[in-house]
Amino acid sequence: MSEYDGYEPVIGLEIHAQLQTESKIFCGCKNAYGEPPNTLTCPVCLGLPGALPVLNKQAVEKAIKMILAVGGKVCNRSVFARKNYFYPDLPKGYQISQFDKPIGEGGEIFFSLEDGTKKSCRLTRIHIEEDAGKSLHPEKGESYTRVDLNRCGTPLIEIVSEPEMRSPEEAYGYFVKVKQILQYTKVCSGDMEKGHLRCDANISVRPVGQEEFGTRTEVKNMNSFKGVERAIKFEIQRQVKLLKSGGSVTQATLLWDESRQVAEAMRSKEESHDYRYFPEPDLVNLVVNDVWIENVRENMPELPDEKSERFIKDYQIRPYDAMVLTDTTSLADYYDEVMQYTKDGRTAANWVQSELLGVLKDSGDDISTFKVRPNMIADIVNKIESKEISGKMAKTVFAEMVESGKSADVIIKEKGLVQISDEKQLLAIIDSIISANTGNVDKYKSGKTNIFGFFVGQVMKETKGQANPEVVNRLLKQKLDG
Amino acid sequence: MPLSREQVEQIASLARLKLSPKEIEKFASELTLILDYVEQLAEVDTDGVELKDQFITAENVFREDKSRKSLSRDEALSNAPDKDEEFFKVPKVIG
Repeated sequence: MSEYDGYEPVIGLEIHAQLQTESKIFCGCKNAYGEPPNTLTCPVCLGLPGALPVLNKQAVEKAIKMILAVGGKVCNRSVFARKNYFYPDLPKGYQISQFDKPIGEGGEIFFSLEDGTKKSCRLTRIHIEEDAGKSLHPEKGESYTRVDLNRCGTPLIEIVSEPEMRSPEEAYGYFVKVKQILQYTKVCSGDMEKGHLRCDANISVRPVGQEEFGTRTEVKNMNSFKGVERAIKFEIQRQVKLLKSGGSVTQATLLWDESRQVAEAMRSKEESHDYRYFPEPDLVNLVVNDVWIENVRENMPELPDEKSERFIKDYQIRPYDAMVLTDTTSLADYYDEVMQYTKDGRTAANWVQSELLGVLKDSGDDISTFKVRPNMIADIVNKIESKEISGKMAKTVFAEMVESGKSADVIIKEKGLVQISDEKQLLAIIDSIISANTGNVDKYKSGKTNIFGFFVGQVMKETKGQANPEVVNRLLKQKLDG
Repeated sequence: MPLSREQVEQIASLARLKLSPKEIEKFASELTLILDYVEQLAEVDTDGVELKDQFITAENVFREDKSRKSLSRDEALSNAPDKDEEFFKVPKVIG
């Protein structure tokens, strides 16, 4: 822990995830992003007098799903509460949330750091709440803020971790894993750019070995996964520097500025938080019985860790490859489908990871609709395995596939890409090359064995690259050394 | 127990109310009367009575996840004291 001058960071994350539902949480307005401002509102989400909220059952089900996916406890009875504060994007003057009786308690996230170290972090709770609207802050010279209330009432879950993370890298690994689980379960899209997923970090530092926590600050406004890691690192360093110089940390909310890479205290003086929570009288208690819980559990899709373990076991691939291939469900599904057409898990894994992902990264195409389908990649893998084509030819075939969408067989036929493994045919070529290059043969025999490559090159040239390199190497060695 | 000036000021500030010194005095005594009145409930013996956060016996009132038409933007903005073609306009919020 010398990284922070004898101080140990203590980090807890609060993650807000918008639930993927058709409608909002307490009314039938569409839950959608990017619609024209103020076109998705009604008396309920505008907070007009007399309007009453009615809970979206599907939103509750998504919350249950996430709680079960992280091994948490779904509480049989939970209560909605009003969190009171004034802000223009909150027309009711309170946010409907859950306070002392949340729907979910406990759970644990298991994740890996980039170097493969395994870590875990427990969860405090998961609760259901509604999102607020959006304030568009004034441009230079304007004296007002614009408010768009489309987002008001979008269903959210807040996932609160214990303060168990000890480095920015851990916080990053934890956050990415939470996102992955949200995506696998289709609870949330995980898109940070659209604000579907947001993260606030509580950070403090303490001298290594000290039990007691230091004074913490809260950092908000990070808009990318790496941004979260950078903001936390910045704040740890700021606190350590402050303490080293004899100062002390004051409790505050800081906003991360990605363009300047700094976190600064909010300019407006935050009122000391006094939310005056009380049970929401407009909503009845939420009762989730065991039948409902079991029903959600039975319909749980395969989770990232389960998928990864299955890939390692069934397809005999390395843990690292399994981790890469299970990053998203669409990639994992693709690889899974490739494996329906081939037995060579490792070669298939290499092809999907390097060739396919490389092309997709450049083209920006979506893997699930990309014209090179899983069975086509499997064809290539099988042809390499049976030595019908060389690895080099396979790349030519793949490049053509990406161009034209044609099958491997058609491309091989059109381009005449047949690997020559026939020893008689190759020996004839080798013999003629040896007799035409006696000078180089003498050089080789006198110990300049690095000239071997010259002969291989000549055979390849003669066969237009179609000779099987393994066979050529073996035959040439026999001839020259014999 | 009478409410202090500071408590009244704190409540007023949370409710975004600006009170004159005279009003603070007035509300301090009026709010105290209300609290004292409600305080009488403390005389009831509640030993063995379960704590409740809901007095309606109904539970699980749900709607299915179906969307329906929202208000038009003109309707949504119609009661706003200040607006432009698309947005509600409010005094500048910093941060």
